[in-house]
Amino acid sequence: MSGFAAYLVFFLIVALTYSIVTMGLNLQWGYTGLFNAGVVGFFAIGAYGTAVLVGPDRAQLIGGFALPFPVAVVGGMALAALAALVVGLATLKLREEYLAIATFGIAISIQLVALNFEALTGGVNGLVGLPRPLFTAFGSPGAYNLFYLAVVASVALLVYVALEVAVRSPWGRVLKAVREDETAARSLGKNPAAIRLQVFVLGCTLMGLAGGLYVGFIGYVSPLDFLPILTFQIWAMLIVGGSGNNLGAIVGAVGVWALWTMSGLGVSRLLPVAYQSQGGAIQVIIIGLLIVLTLLFRPRGLIGEAEAVSRHAR
Amino acid sequence: MLQALADGILSGSIIALGAIGLTLTMGILRFANFAHAELVTWGAYMALAVLAVTGTFMGPIAPLSFGIPLILAIVVAAALTSLLALAIDWLVYRPLRRQTNHLTLVFGSFGISLLVRMVILLIFGGAAQYYSTALQIAIPVAPGLRIMPDQLFTLAVTVVIVVALHFFLQKTRLGLAMRALAENPELARVNGIDTRAVVRWTWVIGASLAAVAGVLYGLTIQLRPEIGFHLILPLFAAVILGGVGNVFGAVIGGLVIGLAESLAVLVVPSGYKMAVPFLILLAVLYLRPTGIFAGTVGGVK
Amino acid sequence: MSTPLLEVEDVVAGYRPDLPIVQGITLKVAEAEMVTIIGPNGAGKSTLIKAVAGIVQVSSGRVRLAGAEITRLPTHRLAQAAIAYVPQTANVFTTLTIDENLLVGASTLAKGEARRRMDRSYENFPVLKEYRQKKAKVLSGGQRQMLAVARALLTEPRLLMLDEPSAGLSPLMVSEVFQRLKALVEGGVAILMVEQNAKAALAISHRTYVFAEGRNRIDGPSAALAQDPQVASIYLGAGGRKR
Ligand SMILES: Nc1ncnc2c1ncn2[C@@H]1O[C@H](COP(=O)(O)OP(=O)(O)O)[C@@H](O)[C@H]1O
Ligand SMILES: [Mg+2]
Repeated sequence: MSGFAAYLVFFLIVALTYSIVTMGLNLQWGYTGLFNAGVVGFFAIGAYGTAVLVGPDRAQLIGGFALPFPVAVVGGMALAALAALVVGLATLKLREEYLAIATFGIAISIQLVALNFEALTGGVNGLVGLPRPLFTAFGSPGAYNLFYLAVVASVALLVYVALEVAVRSPWGRVLKAVREDETAARSLGKNPAAIRLQVFVLGCTLMGLAGGLYVGFIGYVSPLDFLPILTFQIWAMLIVGGSGNNLGAIVGAVGVWALWTMSGLGVSRLLPVAYQSQGGAIQVIIIGLLIVLTLLFRPRGLIGEAEAVSRHAR
Repeated sequence: MLQALADGILSGSIIALGAIGLTLTMGILRFANFAHAELVTWGAYMALAVLAVTGTFMGPIAPLSFGIPLILAIVVAAALTSLLALAIDWLVYRPLRRQTNHLTLVFGSFGISLLVRMVILLIFGGAAQYYSTALQIAIPVAPGLRIMPDQLFTLAVTVVIVVALHFFLQKTRLGLAMRALAENPELARVNGIDTRAVVRWTWVIGASLAAVAGVLYGLTIQLRPEIGFHLILPLFAAVILGGVGNVFGAVIGGLVIGLAESLAVLVVPSGYKMAVPFLILLAVLYLRPTGIFAGTVGGVK
Repeated sequence: MSTPLLEVEDVVAGYRPDLPIVQGITLKVAEAEMVTIIGPNGAGKSTLIKAVAGIVQVSSGRVRLAGAEITRLPTHRLAQAAIAYVPQTANVFTTLTIDENLLVGASTLAKGEARRRMDRSYENFPVLKEYRQKKAKVLSGGQRQMLAVARALLTEPRLLMLDEPSAGLSPLMVSEVFQRLKALVEGGVAILMVEQNAKAALAISHRTYVFAEGRNRIDGPSAALAQDPQVASIYLGAGGRKR
């Protein structure tokens, strides 16, 4: 494989992994109006959970479960769901912004645990040398990456189809009612708080799933992959694609990740070394502008087809 | 132990200043402003910029590490921070307020917090900076307790501001209008209160307090672009603990958070310090979502 | 005929642009006239009053006060334009003291004038004077209604709009409130009032409008409507109070 093709495969694996996170966020915000300000935290829990469960026995580290990869991923998802339950139960009966604040808080706390609980997470070094599923079955890293792309793409497709079915089901139709008219939802005999909790936990579980897939691909976890900026990136992916639109979430994830990657490339190529940190700031400013300007001028998204979205548009 | 208490009260008083502004804006504008803590950073850096322009044309007032130039810088920084807050309100929040879903405002503030932080990084760089390189000698006041004069100054400023704000809210017409607006915006308008004007003043007061908090913070620690980001959680926790919209509650909330952070380090590794506000927040939400002192905007829907 | 004090002309209004609640209502209130609006729950009575008060968006039609158009005037300007409005619920600031509630009502006045008028309303409403330093949340429903009316009157409005002032009050309280409103009208203030109790509404007012489904169906002098079999069968039979 040529260098560019190999890079493209690598790029798509990461972008599609993020698209699963974005779809999870879309379920929460796009369909139900729940503001999750700690996306990275749930992604990280899925990743670290998977890493600990899949990891071999190692001196000075808790774990050594060496579970099969799919089982470990499910474990990571369960941990993400549990974290979601803790913040969800505390906040979903309260004013909406309390969920935003609490999710922000849990993401910070998870980052602290990742950095400081060395016996479990490996601290700043992270956990390295994790087994990658079926890695030995492939002759070359290139072939393996192609295989992994197929896996991630299939999971993303599965999540997409499942969500499309779910939001069209009777359960899915209640979401809009919950979001737009609490009283109406209640008069339909639905308990809005319970539905919010279901949606929130489900969305976070998807974020955990993506975290597990991410670890399976890169073969290690490091706190550097779970910085707060990721939350903003995922939000940019969602709003660019048009919230309430699962296809838009995928397109947005790929598009924004491409923009991020290319702007990073541009910064490292064009700016002198002395200005690299400022260049990083410009990269992040692009993300911030994407969020704020889309919110102001194209609240239905840049890519999302207005017609398709309008049914859910806020 | 004694030292931890003193440090906790000090950082608590800075959190309190930030939290007062946040609780006012949350009570009156009715949304969780994620960008408020960035006003603290902005204020701190604006003072730095003012000092860079004016130079320290007068020496420090002993035993403090600073003098008239910094006090002047605080005033200018407060004005510049108010301008930023008004500009953001006009450009971003005002259009977003028209949308029916008020969480869009929260979303907007989330994006703005990132932008402000990065603009500061872009302008001032990421390295730590100081108002003054002069070393200050901590004065031993009791066995095991040393306090720096700057810290006492910080505490004194906080007390003065809290008292002044209390009188402002209780005794002036604008203060009354703010309290009326916090409880019932529609009724306030019906009574002839121009709520847009009150909102503007709310920003000015909240931003000015944030700027003062930022400069005081910068006196006691290094100035970095991420100080605001690290304050988001403590500020929200203080506000919710004290009851949203309750100025007095925000002060107590700030002190509690500051003390808890500082005392927690005695029992858990200091790396976890930043999780303390989250745990307090979670406990409040589970046990008493209206806060210790009920706010004007209840936590329960 | 002289210009009516309030003219509502074919007003369409609602909480969302795509969902008009008030669907073309026309009504008039003359100087020193008491007009009531009755109609079933959800007919749009409160919404119409809010539209006049500038709280609810008017999408078409006109509102005039003494001939001057006030349709899209911001709410806070209406207090200066001599319209006062007492909402049905949450009509006092419970976290403020009685005195502060009145002071808010006097927002548009100079300080000295505000104080003078507040002293006068304490004379008119002795209950309020007794509690003036207490938070309004300690007041009973009837006392709150008194406070709300007293506060609305501070600006000496020409038109006072009230939304179900009798809701939830004891019969004794209701008659006291109504006596006071009557006295106001005799003193030259026009009143536009939504009233759930149709019998009481027809008895007290000069004219009545009957709303249904966002439109005004029937209107006329109250005395005549009280005899109207159609009105009688719909409203006076039930006669009772809302929930
Ligand atoms: N704040 C509001 N937002 C959206 N719809 C409302 C609101 N208030 C009232 N409505 C709707 O407007 C209609 C008319 O309400 P309203 O004017 O209060 O009726 P009335 O006062 O005649 O009982 C009702 O269907 C009600 O559901
Ligand atoms: Mg009504």
